[in-house]
Amino acid sequence: MKQKLSKLHASKLTTVLVFCGPYFFLFFTFIVLAVFAAVVLSFTDFNSIEFPRFVGLKNYVDLITQDEVFMQKVLPNTIKFALIVGPGGYFLSFFLAWMLAQLPHKLRTVLAVILYSPSMTMGVAMSVVWKALFSGDPNGYLNHFLLKVGAISEPIQWLQSPEHLMTIMIIVTLWSSMGVGFLAMLSGILNVDQEIYEAAYIDGIRNKFQEIFYITIPLMKPQMLFGAVMAVVNTFQAGGIGVALSGSNPTPQYAGQLIVNHIEDFGFIRFEMGYAATVSVVLLLMINFISKSAAKILGSRD
Amino acid sequence: MSKYSMTKINPRRLGRSHIKYLIILLPLALFMLLPIVYIINTAFKPIDELYAFPPRFFVLKPTLSNFTRLFRQTSSFGIPFTRYLFNSIVITILGVTLTVIITSLSAYGLSKLKFKAKNTLFRINQLALMFVPVAVTIPRFLIIVKLGVYNTPVAHILPLLAMPVGLFLVKQFVDQVPNSLLESARIDGANDYQIYWHIVLPIIKPALATVAILAFQSFWNNETTSSLYISDDSQKTVAFFLTSITSGAGIAGAGMGAAASLIMFLPNIIIFIIIQNKVMDTMAHSGIK
Repeated sequence: MKQKLSKLHASKLTTVLVFCGPYFFLFFTFIVLAVFAAVVLSFTDFNSIEFPRFVGLKNYVDLITQDEVFMQKVLPNTIKFALIVGPGGYFLSFFLAWMLAQLPHKLRTVLAVILYSPSMTMGVAMSVVWKALFSGDPNGYLNHFLLKVGAISEPIQWLQSPEHLMTIMIIVTLWSSMGVGFLAMLSGILNVDQEIYEAAYIDGIRNKFQEIFYITIPLMKPQMLFGAVMAVVNTFQAGGIGVALSGSNPTPQYAGQLIVNHIEDFGFIRFEMGYAATVSVVLLLMINFISKSAAKILGSRD
Repeated sequence: MSKYSMTKINPRRLGRSHIKYLIILLPLALFMLLPIVYIINTAFKPIDELYAFPPRFFVLKPTLSNFTRLFRQTSSFGIPFTRYLFNSIVITILGVTLTVIITSLSAYGLSKLKFKAKNTLFRINQLALMFVPVAVTIPRFLIIVKLGVYNTPVAHILPLLAMPVGLFLVKQFVDQVPNSLLESARIDGANDYQIYWHIVLPIIKPALATVAILAFQSFWNNETTSSLYISDDSQKTVAFFLTSITSGAGIAGAGMGAAASLIMFLPNIIIFIIIQNKVMDTMAHSGIK
């Protein structure tokens, strides 16, 4: 009897392993272990050739006290970029999704595909466009247009000038921010039952804003939260854009330098991998903190 | 009384009340489309139009010369464009297929099998939705070297297979399959593998299509692997080749760059258009509860 029972257990275990094994083996290797390794490396001095040497909190202390570029450029840049692109992209996604939901099926589908399509482009591939559009010589589209209407008298070095690079990065990233989160919200809005609107109308809802805040958003809270997490992730994932636009890492006077570029700069250009890992850990903590705050604002149980 | 009228979600026909939305949506859609229209026009421009001053947005005499030059182009290491294209196609097909298989298996496991760790595993996966691969490029590099797959095609595929968003979406979808359906199959003598294959898989097709397109985007557009985990040029992909021709090739390169960008972009949009209904279906269950 006991033998039979343990046999049953063994076969159950095999089933679980067959189904969940492959995914979670890879998940733990390339995500969990990688994050764990980043944390461990962040306490070491590692140049990728010699074995890592434990240095305690030195990297963290250096990051806060010694790394002027990080504290004066990279961190403020990242916060500015994230504050505009994150919430900006999120509200834009919701607003557009909401308007799309008011349209009939065919037209909505066409417009949704158009709005979603920029998110499918590869950031780097599109730099062909942005470089032509924002080219620094009078032949660039924007310069040519502005010269023609007389708004400027000299061509502007859009991508090489510290004043403009960040603005262009933000526009370009917002352009491609109607991604999976946008689709999720669109489908969330579409799934709100029409009868609930009718009931609310009888109960005295008087305008579209009340309707959105008292009915639509509460009923699609799960999608709102999913969209928020996706918005945060996309924002930090998009970090490469400054380097792609200006064509150099570091970007001119560090104007477009984000945390992601700082990691690459130290990890793969200077080969100070322990230090780069420290910056990575700070990045992961930031994302975690922001997503948690977003969840709190949206009032989820978690 | 205000002129408030109740929202009609998903109306049958276009009416006058829609004009206010279209006034905002249409110009915006046009703006979103502009860079893509530019890519298409530039890709078909002959050399003299690329150099034209003042610059023209639309192509006058479309030609395929950028594409023929692109296909004859070799990288600085003497590797032809077609080789990169071949690598990309093989890696993407293998990667997408494997992602769909392991994601659906594990979604079934997390949703329908009974074992202790399953809630914890799902939680961890949900936490990993926030994961950004760029933060762990260095540890991943070390893991890839330790596994002995550095500079092999496997390095392109393995790290991207576990896709937290994919598992999350499919698992939510499998949750919708009624347990009573599974129970009656079990009474008829079906085991978990048969239930997964004959009952669950056909029902969750929309979710699988969604995962397939997300996986397609992550494999097809992936440039990081080629630049960091592959040293042999003949093992790299189009995404990498594209960055190398767009950075620094000047105006003549712009035509070829646009042609290559178009080749990268087209499969994405075509696949999305074909399966967009299924994607929307899946997204209805995408919420984080």
